[in-house]
Amino acid sequence: MRTAEASFEASTLTIEEFLEKESGKELLRFSTAGSVDDGKSTLIGRLLYDARGIYEDQLAAIQKSKLNRSTGPIDFSLLTDGLRAEREQGITIDVAYRHFSTPRRKFIIADTPGHEQYTRNMATGASTSSLAIVLIDARNGVLAQTRRHATISSLLGIPRLILAVNKMDLKEYSRQVFEDICADFLYFAREMGFAHIQPIPISALEGDNVAKRSARTPWYTGPSLLEHLESVPVSTDVASGALRFPVQYVIRPDQNFRGYAAQIASGTIGKGDRVQILPSGQLSHVASITTFDGELEHAEAPMSVTITLEDERDISRGDMIVHTHSLPKLARQMEANLVWMTDEPLTAGRSYLLKHTTQQVNARVLSIESKLDIQAMERRQALSLGLNDIGTIRIEASRPLFFDTYKENRLTGSFILIDAISNTTVAAGMIISALEGRNAARRPVRAEERHKRNGHKPAVLEVHNANLATLLERRLFEYGCQVVALDNPGPVASLLAAGVLVITPMPGYANAIRVGELALPADDQAAVDAVLLYLAQHDILDSGHFAFGEGI
Amino acid sequence: MANLSHLRALEAESIHIIREVAAEFQKPVMLYSIGKDSSVMLRLAQKAFFPARIPFPLLHVDTTYKFKEMIEFRDHYPASIGCELRVYSNQEAVHAGANPFVLGTSKCCSLLKTRALLDGLAQGGYDAAFGGARRDEEKSRAKERIYSFRDGHGQWDPKNQRPELWNLYNSRVDKGQSIRVFPLSNWTELDVWHYIHLESIPVVPLYFAKERPVIVRGGSLIPPESDVVKLLPGEKVSMVKCRMRSLGCSPCTGAIRSDADTVPRIIEELLSFRRSERENRVIDHDQEGSMELKKREGYF
Ligand SMILES: Nc1nc2c(ncn2[C@@H]2O[C@H](COP(=O)(O)OP(=O)(O)OP(=O)(O)O)[C@@H](O)[C@H]2O)c(=O)[nH]1
Ligand SMILES: [Mg+2]
Repeated sequence: MRTAEASFEASTLTIEEFLEKESGKELLRFSTAGSVDDGKSTLIGRLLYDARGIYEDQLAAIQKSKLNRSTGPIDFSLLTDGLRAEREQGITIDVAYRHFSTPRRKFIIADTPGHEQYTRNMATGASTSSLAIVLIDARNGVLAQTRRHATISSLLGIPRLILAVNKMDLKEYSRQVFEDICADFLYFAREMGFAHIQPIPISALEGDNVAKRSARTPWYTGPSLLEHLESVPVSTDVASGALRFPVQYVIRPDQNFRGYAAQIASGTIGKGDRVQILPSGQLSHVASITTFDGELEHAEAPMSVTITLEDERDISRGDMIVHTHSLPKLARQMEANLVWMTDEPLTAGRSYLLKHTTQQVNARVLSIESKLDIQAMERRQALSLGLNDIGTIRIEASRPLFFDTYKENRLTGSFILIDAISNTTVAAGMIISALEGRNAARRPVRAEERHKRNGHKPAVLEVHNANLATLLERRLFEYGCQVVALDNPGPVASLLAAGVLVITPMPGYANAIRVGELALPADDQAAVDAVLLYLAQHDILDSGHFAFGEGI
Repeated sequence: MANLSHLRALEAESIHIIREVAAEFQKPVMLYSIGKDSSVMLRLAQKAFFPARIPFPLLHVDTTYKFKEMIEFRDHYPASIGCELRVYSNQEAVHAGANPFVLGTSKCCSLLKTRALLDGLAQGGYDAAFGGARRDEEKSRAKERIYSFRDGHGQWDPKNQRPELWNLYNSRVDKGQSIRVFPLSNWTELDVWHYIHLESIPVVPLYFAKERPVIVRGGSLIPPESDVVKLLPGEKVSMVKCRMRSLGCSPCTGAIRSDADTVPRIIEELLSFRRSERENRVIDHDQEGSMELKKREGYF
């Protein structure tokens, strides 16, 4: 936050104007990654120093320190290595979170440890970041730990990397050295799915290309590290995704109010929205969005709000409220990527507590599908996962979970495993897909499953106008509906059981939609449109599935 | 769609944390230190459960060296918003006359704060305790998890913290163990004041500049609130326009010269500071890494 001061002092803003501007700033959370001693903490210290992110007394304290391991006057790593053990051993053990801001942005940095033993702490820092700076010591090039950290960053869905080739001062700021290391890294990272990688040659110690571009690398024409941090797009598209409202707490001050509290994981919820409650499947409408600051018409991720529903429903913590047209996946068995974070190895058959959104269930690891060999960057068969291993597993929860894949949604696609005896967090999991398990294979197909696949419920449409019946059948068929027009008594009950829309002139079926009694336009083509709209409005056709707009 | 503003995003995260604790622990408590951070934390708790009341009590660990204005504020404000406040002191040490000039700040703190806190938590049987600490305050705080695990003796093991991924917090503890929870972890001092301003949150008047009696000793302004603060030869009490940047025990918290008598002026002043907020706290500087040592022992 120190740099806010600079921008304030240098400006003619009043304090109110300044705060107004502060409120509008974007926040970028980023983390460091790379092998031990590559200079991560030194870089962050340098960045804070150059961006005036430290106070005089803090600077004085490290200048006085007897622990300077660097070859410069100030050991910048001491700014983030705040534990005694870290200072004594000269390594980072756990993540340090530091803040700074520039006139354009606010930053929260997670400076993570490079030492392999503390990989879980690196994963901790990276899990909430949207950019990672991967450091490489120009003398050593890409190491196994560089690959491990880059892989974890990619699994955690961090979209953007800065590839900082550090200690260029020790390699005469050689372009060749820089380019060789970049080529090496970019080759191995090519299939990791990063949206963007920005290579920058730096010296954390000397400050080259950290805040300002350096004259010592005239061959480098890209941005300085800070320039890049200030301009890189900040991805926050959570509000535009599918609604995921994981109920956290039921708020019940008295008999008249029953509210469901959550931090919206993604999407937007509006007053009046038709919503479905999972796992019960019950439907209702949003009656109000209540907050301490008044009622809202809409709320979007990542806000923490409380909603009430129009109907009395039995809802508790762990339930998920969603829109009917974009349901999450439902399964007890999943395939997931795992980072294993404890000494005792993971083997198939072990049970753990699994925490996912706001629920905690028992879960059993069914199998280890593969383990990543960091040296060769290949997936191998394995019987166990050891400390810091990355692998793919299959896991079965004691109850069905509602989730998205981690790629689709970082919050509803992630879970942690907890050892029920030691109580420690033993793994970070990222869901790849739902599995149709052995049990599922033997289970009869349920009406809801047909409904979900077809995108509509079964129904009888009683239509006496033969032309309309044909047009309707054709149109529904083109949409992909299971539909048949019958003009004999036929096996209607069986067809309904198979999830089909039955169009028939035969009267007398219970709950049949009597199309003739609807107020339809005289023109049959227009009448088809009106019937489709009627079916969508009455929840026979899932509007999300068919994307019906106003003008069907 | 527009981004949620930075402060609203912090607010949403903190509310999530507070609700998570209320849902998953048997007996949570909110440590209430009467300072600006506690005021913000309390407002966030109100928001988290609105329109219901906050479903856990507040606990103030009283060293008996707090400023009179702090105690007045404590006895008035939480009650006015329907919050239950409990107070705990290390009576034994208080009766024995523990004071920082006789025992030294480190030992005094250890008895009146750390010991009292641990005993107070044990006596209440609390399995989770919210604290208003922020990571930007101090270098060892910068290392702490949002859910910070404490063993049966209330101690922190910074070299062996639980991993903490995404917003999935691990609330599992055995009997006697507990979690300290820091919902303001990601806030800065500027964020806190900015939020106090936006939300018009009441804070103790000591934060605002006015003429106050102080002893000018070296570079420090020491308020002669407590009898244990004695005038040294040649010293006298004089009136100085000053305020407190952070609130602690009166003998150990220096005031700063200031004209800032409104929240925007405090923020303006904050922006011109070149020194950190804890600098005027004697206790943090007794020795290298002293905050970490205190925290290991159970200080919050
Ligand atoms: N010459 C030179 N030395 C550097 C540079 N950057 C870092 N160092 C030195 O490299 C050593 C390791 O630096 P750190 O910043 O502690 O490395 P780290 O990556 O944070 O290490 P871990 O956190 O333990 O993984 C220290 O002695 C630094 O002074 C640089 O650009 N040039
Ligand atoms: Mg480091």
